[in-house]
Amino acid sequence: MSSQAVLESASTAPKRGADFGRLHLWGKLLWPALALAILLAIDGICIRGFFSVSIVQGRLTGTLVDIFRYGAPVMVLSVGMTFVLATGGVDLSVGAIMALAGAIAAKAAMPTSLNGMGISPGSGIAIALLVSVLAGMWNGMSVAWLGMQPIVATLVLMVAGRGIARLCIGAANVPLSGTIWTALHNPHLTLPMAPIIVLIVAVVAGLLTRVTSIGLFVEALGGNPVASRYAGVRVGLITFMVYVFCGLCAGIAGIISSADVMIANASSTGMYMELDAILAVVIGGTALTGGRFSLVGSLIGALLIQTLQTTLIYKVPIQQTLVIKAVVVLAVCLLQSAEFRRKSLAVCARLGLSRTRKAAAQVAS
Amino acid sequence: MRSESIKSPLLQLQKVRKIFPGVLALDDVDFSARRGEIHAIMGENGAGKSTLIKVLTGAYPRDGGRMMLDGAEIAPRSPQEAQRLGISTVYQEVNLIPSLSVAENIFLGRQPTRWGRIDWRQIRRRAQAALERLDLSIDVGRQLSSYSIAIQQMVAIARAIDISARLLILDEPTSSLDANEVQRLFAVMRKLRDEGMAIIFVSHFLDQIYAITDRITVLRNGRLIGEYPTSQLSRQDLIARMMGRELADLDVQLQQEESGQRDSHQSISMRDIIGRGIIPSPGTRGEGHGGGFLSTPNQSSAPSPALPRSTGGGSEMPSPILRARSLGRSGSIQPFDLEIGAGEVIGLAGLLGSGRSEMARLLFGIDVADSGDIEIGGRKRVFRQPRQAIALGLAFCPEDRKTSGIIPELSIRENIVLALQARGGLFKSLSRARQDEIASGYIKALGIATPSAEQSIGNLSGGNQQKAILARWLAADPRLLILDEPTRGIDVGAKAEIQKLVLSLCRQGTAIVFISSELEEVVRVSDRVLVLRDRALVGQLRGAAISEQAIMQTIAQERPAEVAR
Ligand SMILES: Nc1ncnc2c1ncn2[C@@H]1O[C@H](COP(=O)(O)OP(=O)(O)OP(=O)(O)O)[C@@H](O)[C@H]1O
Ligand SMILES: [Mg+2]
Repeated sequence: MSSQAVLESASTAPKRGADFGRLHLWGKLLWPALALAILLAIDGICIRGFFSVSIVQGRLTGTLVDIFRYGAPVMVLSVGMTFVLATGGVDLSVGAIMALAGAIAAKAAMPTSLNGMGISPGSGIAIALLVSVLAGMWNGMSVAWLGMQPIVATLVLMVAGRGIARLCIGAANVPLSGTIWTALHNPHLTLPMAPIIVLIVAVVAGLLTRVTSIGLFVEALGGNPVASRYAGVRVGLITFMVYVFCGLCAGIAGIISSADVMIANASSTGMYMELDAILAVVIGGTALTGGRFSLVGSLIGALLIQTLQTTLIYKVPIQQTLVIKAVVVLAVCLLQSAEFRRKSLAVCARLGLSRTRKAAAQVAS
Repeated sequence: MRSESIKSPLLQLQKVRKIFPGVLALDDVDFSARRGEIHAIMGENGAGKSTLIKVLTGAYPRDGGRMMLDGAEIAPRSPQEAQRLGISTVYQEVNLIPSLSVAENIFLGRQPTRWGRIDWRQIRRRAQAALERLDLSIDVGRQLSSYSIAIQQMVAIARAIDISARLLILDEPTSSLDANEVQRLFAVMRKLRDEGMAIIFVSHFLDQIYAITDRITVLRNGRLIGEYPTSQLSRQDLIARMMGRELADLDVQLQQEESGQRDSHQSISMRDIIGRGIIPSPGTRGEGHGGGFLSTPNQSSAPSPALPRSTGGGSEMPSPILRARSLGRSGSIQPFDLEIGAGEVIGLAGLLGSGRSEMARLLFGIDVADSGDIEIGGRKRVFRQPRQAIALGLAFCPEDRKTSGIIPELSIRENIVLALQARGGLFKSLSRARQDEIASGYIKALGIATPSAEQSIGNLSGGNQQKAILARWLAADPRLLILDEPTRGIDVGAKAEIQKLVLSLCRQGTAIVFISSELEEVVRVSDRVLVLRDRALVGQLRGAAISEQAIMQTIAQERPAEVAR
């Protein structure tokens, strides 16, 4: 073929095409980052001392620190959820798995006299994480090999998970104790523990996608499952793994949020968190239909949600917070839609044009 | 007044401009189409043909220019709006809804209603009638995706011609049709033209262009080269204008194109291809030291050591690398025997729905065989997943690139390395530098027109997507490469180049199964042709016995026998 001619045309094409892919990714991050920045700016103006961070009794304190601390569960969830959404699936059970993880950890550490297992709280947490992985495997198996719809498959655990948690601890909630829990709750560190865990989870996930080809396969699978299978991608295995990892993330989030209140609560831990996690991922630029994902985007999305949550309680009566949250989420999602931006630009242009036309007509007459 | 309006152009585009990031896809293009004329738009892959059509029909917003239909300025913002203006279009990538029935697809968006409710009986009847105009009688109640891509293409055409339009646009409607379907389509097109409709027709088949069109507009790199009456433009001139150069070897290609002589491939020198870096020289390939960009030390040894790799050409008796014994699947293809030698090119010929693709799917493990077995490297294998076949050195370039080839969002680089990466397993990953090297090597070698390897493959023109998918499988360095309509939608120059590539690959010991609706192409590249009919293998032709006529005869011959059975 005229490879010559084609190469010529390619070389005469503007050079800015060269880094197109990367630009595009950053472009995707632009909107959530911008929304977060705007929100922070508004908070900075409205709330006195919003940005002030100080060290009190050797610990970093301030509203920003709170956001990172209380946002940790959503952030960890959003990392796991990112992969699930990227394959075109969804995991509704993460909130329930959070409650389950807290309950299992509590149960394991309870003395045998109270129907517990009487092992150390540390091993209890390990068992809780193991159970979360098992829950993830259950979800993964249903979706990957039994061919169930992700929503239906994960709905099973979403409903059953809390029940099992409740049965486990035999009460609505039990207090947690032990050095490991206090360390998680309030470590002898300048930084709170939760954000450090988020960092570790995010870095591990990020490395997994960079160093191995799992990231590519996840995106390929979400983009076109049929073509991926024909190209030799282990579609079933990847799907399975993604749910397992999401289950593990949910377990970690459950431990963090139980440690936060030092109570394992079968009904309130992780309530509606699956929705926040999905929102965070979508705000971060990963489509519900699967394909390209962005971990950084999901983390920004989670921060955005948490910032909103944390700051709304300062200013807004509790009944209105959810409405405001909905409005902000809607705004961010609209901003993200290229279609919406194009259309609104077009509307503006048309308005401008008709005005100039009218003016021109007046001049002409 | 009437004769006046017949002569004046129905459609006029002036200085239409379209810019994509990094690509000037349409550079102030003028175009016009007259009533009662079939007008071809010609150009290489990525010249801007489909973009012109999409801008014209409002699928893409334009960045400049004016469009006039029947003297009135138009600016459709969506294909639906264009349709209301009397422009009916079949886009290059069939964009019907696979999960709906054929009838629903034909009437989607314009369902006839009775007392406010959709009149299903009428829909079914009229859908049947619309398809009958193309001599196609299929069950219109069945889901569209259950039919082959060719049938889907016919359904899209039926939908377009059923809409009473002033302007009909067909973007590569014939790319997966065989000769009979094309003739039926042409008959309908001629009738519509004689009724005064303007028709825009895009195709890479020169024979079709010369058979049906009255006028040709040539585009190159987004620019208008010229408009010519078909009768006054020779094939040579047309190709030269499309490619923008007149090379001596173009004539050679053209002769092959016209004569279709089988021995012509014997004369293609391998140095041609190796010299251009498409394939590293045989010495470096598969030998363990990655000289060319096609093979790395660990990959070339990765697939199956079980497969013997012959260094001999196709002329000697090749040693079998795959043997299928009474392999079959009920409802898909009847049991067949097949033996493929290293370096052999096996053509599969047959009409639409004769079972060619089904045969390939069985060999590659997409469908699971329910009888017989496959033997590779002296061992029996059962393929339940394509990856099992890939692990043994098989590759399959599927016919429908949109649904089973490309991963639209991912970059060209990622699409090209996907099969290679998948074979390496989950935890091994090629370095980014290596990926870039492979991708840019193939972009250059196959002439994929793109500003960058990081461009999403979905943004490439149809023919260039096809080349990128081909690159995916070449990069996997297979022992047996199954090509299902590999030149679908690829321009004249590139088509010859890909055929050469196939032949040079087989000289290095890669066996090839070549499926194509173009008999002429099958005849040119194959050492052996298997003829299929009604989902069964009905004959085989070898060596000098291979000719288009012989194939057609084999297809036709055993008809009575079958009736008798
Ligand atoms: N959505 C898009 N985004 C970016 N670039 C695009 C997009 N669509 C097309 N292009 C580019 O515009 C150019 C023209 O593409 P177009 O599809 O019109 O080619 P074509 O003439 O139809 O080719 P083919 O014969 O392969 O179908 C190509 O270089 C292509 O890469
Ligand atoms: Mg095209």
